[in-house]
This record gives sequence, structure tokens and C-alpha cells, in this order.
Amino acid sequence: MARRAARLAGYVLCGVLAAGAIALALSHRASIAAIPRPDPASFAKDLVERGAALARIGNCAVCHTQAGGALYAGGRALATPFGTIYGTNITPDEASGIGSWPKDAFARALREGVARDGTHLYPAFPYEHFNALADADIDALYAFLMTRPAVAQQAPANRLIPPLGFRPLLAGWKLLFLHRDAAPADRGAYLVQVLAHCGACHTPRNGLGAERRDRPFAGGWSEGWYAPPLDGSNPSHRAWSEDRIAGYLRTGFDSNHAAAAGPMGPVARSLSGAPDADIRAIAAYVAKWIRQAPDAPALDRREAAAQIQPAGATLFAGACAACHENGAPMMLQGRPPLSFGTPLHETTPRDAILIVLQGLAPPLGDSGPAMPAFGDTFDDRQLADLTAYLRARFSTQPAWSSLEREVAAARKEGNAP
Amino acid sequence: MTVTLNVNGRDHAIDGDPATPLLYVLRDDLALNGAKYGCGLGQCGACTVLVDDKPVFACVTPLATLAGRRVRTVEGLGNGKLQQAFATEQAAQCGYCIAGMIMRAQALLERNPSPSEAQIRAHMQPNLCRCGTHMRILRAVRRAAEAP
Repeated sequence: MARRAARLAGYVLCGVLAAGAIALALSHRASIAAIPRPDPASFAKDLVERGAALARIGNCAVCHTQAGGALYAGGRALATPFGTIYGTNITPDEASGIGSWPKDAFARALREGVARDGTHLYPAFPYEHFNALADADIDALYAFLMTRPAVAQQAPANRLIPPLGFRPLLAGWKLLFLHRDAAPADRGAYLVQVLAHCGACHTPRNGLGAERRDRPFAGGWSEGWYAPPLDGSNPSHRAWSEDRIAGYLRTGFDSNHAAAAGPMGPVARSLSGAPDADIRAIAAYVAKWIRQAPDAPALDRREAAAQIQPAGATLFAGACAACHENGAPMMLQGRPPLSFGTPLHETTPRDAILIVLQGLAPPLGDSGPAMPAFGDTFDDRQLADLTAYLRARFSTQPAWSSLEREVAAARKEGNAP
Repeated sequence: MTVTLNVNGRDHAIDGDPATPLLYVLRDDLALNGAKYGCGLGQCGACTVLVDDKPVFACVTPLATLAGRRVRTVEGLGNGKLQQAFATEQAAQCGYCIAGMIMRAQALLERNPSPSEAQIRAHMQPNLCRCGTHMRILRAVRRAAEAP
């Protein structure tokens, strides 16, 4: 009896091992031989320049540069629901960067999410989008990155929920979710869907972290922030015309909406250096998708909101009114009223709460809209009252619920951009 | 409405509009004139005080937020090593920003007695000095951190 059980266990073990071996074999990707770093002078100048513009649109520097660090040298922490992942070094340093990568290894990484040595890359690297990159664009991006200064800097090890540190699992993920897409012919569609990978933040993801292809641009999450929908459900109070989108992407600000906040701030700073024709193409494409609200006048239900939420009204008067009340000096300079911003109309209060908690600050040494952080001024109850008041006063959307819990969660999960 | 406000360890019963910014209460009701009115918009830091050991802009902190919390102003520090370091480094030119600078630095040194240069710079970032003595101010904070 015992012998039969042991034999059965042996068969099961063999079966499991065989299945594992087959899975590992299927997940295995070949290593591509290393090369010495290509001579920067071997790349044509106009190819490098085209690559520079493409890198701006692809926002490469946003994830591959840490605050105050060398451009493209990696090290930036990216918080995901699966743990923290660090942007890698994509400068041409041979040991810690991609200096030893031949172009076909670079192209395979972009399209299939496989590093030169054959290891699978995590989908935080948006190969879900880059798989449709044009050959010519990959050539230009390669020329651009290979002519950057080489920086020796190893990215810290990722801190992921077990067993996600075991990369062969990603082969299964790719089997399920990595589709081979054809590059769209329309320039704007190509830039939005492929290179700029807008959907990486603005499209919702499923439980395994893959983008929901049935709900493109329906609103997603990024580093604890909500990325509002770019489709017919966009809740803006004012229209997102092509001109306004182009200006917003170029400057990080639109007077009919607001300043770019959260992870969109660095994206707009990256796009500020992109070619105008490409920004226009992106804007034209997004304008076709996004809901065009009638350009209604500013919404302000001051008295009603004060009755619904008197505690919040008091906090607004003492903390916010000096800038945001009608007639305040900042408002007389033409800054948009709070009803023009998207956060107070969103289904989730997360963005509104995070902006009050963290304020708005341009990166050190840079200029941009500034708002003080109120995270140490208000406790959770007070910020919940204030948020309820803002919603009641500046939006016609239904009141948010469980705001005190939402504030506590935002303090924990919201990363400063 | 009456709010019991604890400032530098003492309770005060303040009768006033709960929306009143803390800065006005400190200066007008309690005659604590260390914190200064600079911009009134939370952009310059001249009004910085500590609430529960964290630096806040007193000009945009409503009285209503302060029941049961501890407020500390530069008057509450006595003659500590930060003031001595600011004097030694001659960090004040007109001096208007200094009370706010000292309070923000105090919060840092209480939490982290030996901060790095990068930590000092990042922490002091919200406070402005229009005379341009930022380099001396940074030296003073460093000196205070290194003082025994």
C-alpha cells in the first residue's frame, strides 16, 4: 500500500517536473551575442536627431531617469500593484547599460520584452505598445541612445510580490496578453497607440496587469494616481479641442482645464521637446476619441455646497480661498477655476485628494505651476470634509463616498511624481 | 466659535472665525510676531511654524484644523544651536524669512540630526529668501547639524 502511494507520488512528481521543464523550455529565449559599444560617430547625425525627437514622444527619460540623476541612466522607482520596479540604465555603458546590445537585441526588447541575454522584461516596459514600432523608428531610437554619454550605474533590484521575481512566468503572461499589432497608418494613431503608449496609464488593466483591449482609453491607474479617460466618458467641464490638447501636451497647462499633475507632469515636460507636427498629430487623434463637453461657463454652487458641507467650507475659506476664491489675485491673472480641472469630476476622489496632499511642484531647478502641499496641515477627517465641499461646489457629479478612508489610502499609495 | 490652541506648550482659548489663518491668530491675538506675513499664499515660507512637529504655512492653516494639535513657533525654541548657527553664518540679510527658515530646519534636525546636503536642500526647498542668502542659510543649517 505504502509502496503504491510512493510510486504514485513518484509519477506525479515526474509529471510536474516534466511540465515544468516543458514550460521552462517554451519560456526560454536565446541570448544574442554581445558586441563592443558601437562608435557614436558611426551613426548619421540626422538619424540621431530623429531618434531624439522620438525619445521625447516615447517619454523614455521619464521612467529611465531618477530625480537628479543622469539622463537615461535608470534607477527611478515605479510603484505598481505587483511591487516596485526600477527603470533600467539605457545609456550605452557596456556593463550596466545597453552598450553591448546589437540593434536586433534592442528591437527584440522593444517588440517582445526580452533583454539581450534572453531574460524576460516586465510589462512595466510598454512592449504591449512598442511591438508595433516601425523599423525606421527603432533604427533612429537605437542611434540616439547609442550616442548618449555612457553612465555606469546599476539599477537597484526590483522588489516584487513572490513569485513574480521568477521571470520565466512572463512567458506565460506574454502568451496570454502580448498581441502582434500592425502599425496604424495614421500618424496620430501610431504615436498615441504605439510610441507615446498613452494607454499604459489611460487604459484600465486586468487583474494580471494587462491592458483591457476591450476598453481602450477608458481611464486607468498609474503610481497611485487615476489617469482620466480619453474616450467618450471623459468628465471634463470644458471641451478638449485639438488646439487645447496640443497646448496642454506642449506646456503642461491649458486655461480651459488645469495644470498637468501627478505622472502627467513629467510626460508633458518630455513632450515639450517633441516636434510640433507630431504634437498636432497626437492632439488631432485624441480629439477624435475624447468627449467634447459643451463649453459651459464655470460651475460654482457656493451657497449650496456650504450648506451641504459647512466644515469643508470653513477649511476652504482659511486654506484655499487666497488663491482659488473668485476675485483672488491668482484668479484675476486668468488661472482656470476649479470646475475646469478634471479631478473634481472624476469617478474617484484620488487625484483631487493627492493634489491637496502633495501640492504641485515643478522639479528642482525647473519652473511651472506651484501649489503648497497640505498633507501636514489637514488630518484625514478634515481633508475628507474639504474634498466633499469641493465636489459639491465645483461639480454636478454625485458626492464621493467613504472619503476619510480614501484620504488614508491616498496617503499610503500616492507617489510623488 | 472658541478653539483651544496649544502654542509653545501653553493653551490659549481663541474666540474667532474658525477659518482665520493661524498666522493672524499668532500675531494679532497672541503677540507672537516671529512668523511673518510674506505672500499669504503658501508660496514663500516666511510664516512657517511647526504643527505636531511638521512644518506648515501658518498663512494657509485655518484655526479650525488646530484643536488638539501642538503649534510651535520660533519664540518657543529659546536660544538654540540653530539660532546660533544662523548668527555665526550671518545668514540673515533683511531677516524677514529667517524665522520661517529656522522653523523648517528645526523640523528636519529633530527628525534627522545629521542630514546629507541633498536632504537639507530638498527639505528647505519650499522657503524663499528674497535677499538671496540661500547659500548662507544652507551653511547655517549644516553648521547646526554638525554642532555638538
